[in-house]
Amino acid sequence: MDTTTKNPTAPPVPGPLGAEQKRAARGATRPGDRIFLGLSRGSGILLLLIMAAIAAFLTYRAAIVLTKDQGNFFTTFEWNPTMDPPVFGIAVLAFGTVVSSVIAMALAVPVAVSIALFITHYAPRKLGGPIAYVIDLLAAVPSIVYGLWGALVLVPHMNGLFGWLDSYLGWTGIFEWQGGAPRSLLTASVLLAIMILPIITNVSREVFRQVPKMQEEAALALGATRWEVIRMSVLPFGRSGVISASMLGLGRALGETMAVATVLSPTFEIHASLLDPGGGTFAQNIASKFGEANEQGRDALIASGLVLFLITLLVNGAARAIIARRKEYSGASA
Amino acid sequence: MAKRIDVSGLTAYYGSHKAIEDISMTVEPRSVTAFIGPSGCGKSTFLRTLNRMHEVTTGGRVEGKVLLDDEDLYGTHVDPVAVRRTVGMVFQRPNPFPTMSIYDNVAAGLRLNGSYKKSELGDIVEKSLKGANLWNEVKDRLNKPGSGLSGGQQQRLCIARAIAVEPDVLLMDEPCSALDPISTLAIEDLIGELKERFTIVIVTHNMQQAARVSDRTAFFNLSAVGQPGRLIEIDETERIFSNPSVQATEDYISGRFG
Repeated sequence: MDTTTKNPTAPPVPGPLGAEQKRAARGATRPGDRIFLGLSRGSGILLLLIMAAIAAFLTYRAAIVLTKDQGNFFTTFEWNPTMDPPVFGIAVLAFGTVVSSVIAMALAVPVAVSIALFITHYAPRKLGGPIAYVIDLLAAVPSIVYGLWGALVLVPHMNGLFGWLDSYLGWTGIFEWQGGAPRSLLTASVLLAIMILPIITNVSREVFRQVPKMQEEAALALGATRWEVIRMSVLPFGRSGVISASMLGLGRALGETMAVATVLSPTFEIHASLLDPGGGTFAQNIASKFGEANEQGRDALIASGLVLFLITLLVNGAARAIIARRKEYSGASA
Repeated sequence: MAKRIDVSGLTAYYGSHKAIEDISMTVEPRSVTAFIGPSGCGKSTFLRTLNRMHEVTTGGRVEGKVLLDDEDLYGTHVDPVAVRRTVGMVFQRPNPFPTMSIYDNVAAGLRLNGSYKKSELGDIVEKSLKGANLWNEVKDRLNKPGSGLSGGQQQRLCIARAIAVEPDVLLMDEPCSALDPISTLAIEDLIGELKERFTIVIVTHNMQQAARVSDRTAFFNLSAVGQPGRLIEIDETERIFSNPSVQATEDYISGRFG
């Protein structure tokens, strides 16, 4: 392979005219080109096969148990797949997963975007580097460590926040607190928000760093202050990147298992108040029940996993749609 | 409200590197002054000191005085943001805000400066686009993004954006170097019209362009690479191109270096 790639001036092997012309149109191909083409095409196909295999596996195992389910899979507030006949539904899990992840994203995105802007546009270089490094470290902490910290440190400290929320926003019903241990969906959301902060910050930081200098100077030359430059040039350029970053964070929050399992006291109920202990998420439920479940119980958990898989697909699709909708206005062409 | 620029003893640095040294000159209102000189001679740096854009670069700082009529742009209580609102700038490559429509691009500077009624804003946008000879080409698609225009149209959009806030001075940093000859001609014609209202300073690598558009020309040079750029001479454009008083100017103009 080396001898041929090192000798690009070698005269072409004469061949029939048609083949020669075809070759000329495509350009010369050497073994390196063919190997690389094979590798990249193979990787692409492999990825599709893996996706299809996961989907097929989940669907097959789920279908077996779903036909036996006596409850409504989407609306039943119960999880008894081992009973005969089995009764189980994902309503509580879907609610808990979506609500905790969305709140986590809503909490994390403004903070992450602010940190990213601070590092790229406000902090002196000597300060920005170390901050970025610390954020990177946060991403490297294993999720079980977050979970332990959450259970031992965060949960006791949530009492203060819960009391405050209850006295000022309790009337909404969403923030009403009965005084139980703060092992609720909101606590899980706060922990998830801290966990997804690094990924959103890092992706946003990279995007903000890539804002073309001339875009920022355009705003500066019009007499824009630093915040106005950010509003006119940096945020519009970075918007699709920030959306992608948020969706990455949301995806991580949706699938997060151990941290949620350690701070939540799982029950199969949906509370109107985010402060009431209880609830559950798909991943947490799978992790806590998989070990002791029999075959039918595992299939039911797989069925719930399939729903999580679909929700994640939907989130990614929505992100792409948002980004594509305003492509005409995107800064990428500038 | 074109104003006179009076520069005395101006030296600019990038960190410890001295980019231009001891420049003094006067730029007359309602005229076009061209800066020419070889690459690295500091003409763009000097231009950027005139609206305090130089200090935006890390380590950029300036010594000396720049008077706009009688106000020192580098006075202790002067806000650089306020300076840039009165000294507009057009860049080498057209840089309309890609996420904004044509209308919003022109209105961007106005919206920074205060609140306008919708009709008032519309009138100024129309006037500015007409002033930039772009109105007839874009009047039917004001809500389309500015990035969809051709390069020459984008540059005229940037000029419309700059003049919409009625600056005292308009700085242009090689505004035609990324454009084709026909777009260049359109911009040059426009500069001729704009000098009725504004003080214009233009940096250009194209000596024919300097000769065509400017009333006065300043020649900058540097003694060696790494040395600071200096102003060699400034005079009526006709004189600079026919009978300059310094030998180096004649050598540069006749193509003996640079």
